[in-house]
Amino acid sequence: MVANRDYFRVLVVDLKREKSEVKRLEGRREFVGGSGLCALLFERYGLKNAPWHNENQPLIFAIGPLTGLFPLMSKTICAFKSPYHDQYTESHAGGRSALSLFFANLDALVIKEQARRPSLLVVGSRRVEIRDASYLWGLDVIKTGKIVRRLVGEASGHRSILRIGPSGENLCSFSCINCDTYRHFGRLGAGAVMGKKNLKAIAILGDERAFFPPGKNYKKVYGKIFKRIEDSGMMKKYHDLGTPANFKKLNELRSLPWRNLSATWDKDVDRISGETFAEGHLLRNLACSGCPIGCIHLGYIREKFMKDHRYYFEQVAYDYEPVFATGSMLGITDPVKVLKLILEIDAKGLDVISTGVALAWAAEAMEKGLISREETICDLKFGDAQGFLEAVGHLSNQETEFYRHLSRGTLAAARIYGGEDFACVLGQEMAGYATGELYFTAQALGFRHSHLDVGAYSYEQKHDERDVKRAVDFLIKDEPRRALLNSMVSCLFARGVYTNEYLAMCLESVGLKDIAINLDELSERIRFYRWKLRFDTGFSPEDIKIPRRFYKVESWKGKVNPKFLDELKISYGKRLKGLVSEGEKKWT
Amino acid sequence: MKFLRASNIKRCIGCNICSLTCAREVHGLISWQASGIRIKSSGGISTGFEATFCLACKEPACLNACPTDALIPRKGGGVIFKRQSCIGCLECKEACPVDAVSVDDSGFPVICIHCGRCVSFCPHRCLELVKE
Repeated sequence: MVANRDYFRVLVVDLKREKSEVKRLEGRREFVGGSGLCALLFERYGLKNAPWHNENQPLIFAIGPLTGLFPLMSKTICAFKSPYHDQYTESHAGGRSALSLFFANLDALVIKEQARRPSLLVVGSRRVEIRDASYLWGLDVIKTGKIVRRLVGEASGHRSILRIGPSGENLCSFSCINCDTYRHFGRLGAGAVMGKKNLKAIAILGDERAFFPPGKNYKKVYGKIFKRIEDSGMMKKYHDLGTPANFKKLNELRSLPWRNLSATWDKDVDRISGETFAEGHLLRNLACSGCPIGCIHLGYIREKFMKDHRYYFEQVAYDYEPVFATGSMLGITDPVKVLKLILEIDAKGLDVISTGVALAWAAEAMEKGLISREETICDLKFGDAQGFLEAVGHLSNQETEFYRHLSRGTLAAARIYGGEDFACVLGQEMAGYATGELYFTAQALGFRHSHLDVGAYSYEQKHDERDVKRAVDFLIKDEPRRALLNSMVSCLFARGVYTNEYLAMCLESVGLKDIAINLDELSERIRFYRWKLRFDTGFSPEDIKIPRRFYKVESWKGKVNPKFLDELKISYGKRLKGLVSEGEKKWT
Repeated sequence: MKFLRASNIKRCIGCNICSLTCAREVHGLISWQASGIRIKSSGGISTGFEATFCLACKEPACLNACPTDALIPRKGGGVIFKRQSCIGCLECKEACPVDAVSVDDSGFPVICIHCGRCVSFCPHRCLELVKE
């Protein structure tokens, strides 16, 4: 078995026929893997003009040419037509998924059609099985994970279990796919795509015993990369407070969204800071397979449930974004309540950022009298966790007409009930950065509407000048390398380690020299393929509106300049369109 | 003699770097299974991890089970594997009471040689090479 093929080995599963096919696909030199491979596969299997819920739409998972071979090459790209905006999108997760696919001897898994009944798909190097999972339907992701682990039996420690909760079954537009309990293919509704396919869970068994070493230099280069990671300071940064280290910094910069972005600073930040969580609520750390960093921070909840010193104990992963969405955004500053909310949202299979931001809008809408208990069943008030905890269940089950609308996204609900001005939506529910005009533009028009599409919030912290051309040039120049890293597929935390020079060294050491010598062009080309799919499936920069709330934000730089924000949005939209038309001339 | 010990396995984050290192550096393979050390969660990912590797028995059951003398005693404990004598029957794997024998791509046993290569790659110093 070789670990560095110059083609793609793809398993295409047809859930309706309950048959699968192993495909050998050419295109490694052009599409590389991961994000690029997803674009190739969606072009081949996707239906650009049919809605996301068409049963023929594919759900794609792909890894890259360096997965399993180098540290931090530990992410999987999931691609699909999104229930949120009915356009092409990607979602990324780590856990054990990437190495499990690699050791299942696959570069990608494509799932087509709809199963006749709720199903569990088991995939290994010598195993494809579609099993009845009717009895799992309705269960939360934690119970589902436990049962699937028992059902699958083999490959313990060397497998990945992906599953959805009730919100995915109910087709919520921001339901996610839970990956190995503590990681998620989140945000734009991958969970609903599985739900629509009647697919409750996927077990990927990394059961291929061994591959031959890919090249003479490989061991030496691995050692160099490992040393570089140790020397980079990453270990310390992510071993230490992890991403929640951002809380104090962003609050100080007046860029931390509080109470549905009605403020960007609060005196109580210390109560939910990285330091507070680490000192009082951190249980331990976990790593994605093949990554020595161990950035996953597991918090614990220990709660007395009877007078006689009877306690229960639960654990849940926390990070900057989940704590922003369930903490500062909802005005909750009790860390235990924050962890309980994250756990409840996780269990239902909802995306935590989108859910927190949607509930923050609902709380403000209730405060302003646009909605009442008739719609929400419970009281939603900033700072009151109990109401939000109840609302998570109502949202997941779509208990009322209101929750049915909210499960399509905050703006979908605001269009019915009013309050569009204060819906914190930038293409999708905002991530936790209110750094200013450039970040708002970048998320609103970003490829995945993610804070990780480009480094806008970081640029913004270093540049006070309001220069539209320079800022948009930065967005345009920053994206291709991220598209390339997402095609390898590296964790973006490692972007400082895997410069193009080091990526080339790794690729060359595993016999992929022709990719190594062409990284700049490949980055541009993959970026083009991805954007082309988004435009082909209906993306239009002009259709994206930035709600008024963002125009009223005040950060360390002062008030948002509406003219600058509008100009950035227009200019970035034009540049993205230009990229696609130029790319079409060059690469199609 | 030195022996591999997972003295601080409670610190383990489940990264599998030790398994991948052993396969790559010692056995010339890319694997997280065909390795002298394997990591799995103990009772589900939520309760920590355990490492499975040769405990360096003084009277190894694997050695006694081997019909072709492909395993010979290692000084102080454990075994030395002689591939040229192995017929791939995997009786050693069956005999090992702690499931420390894994299997490579060609069907031959893979057993920890207590070399300590994995120790230097473990990010949390869970493993150590101990003189006993």
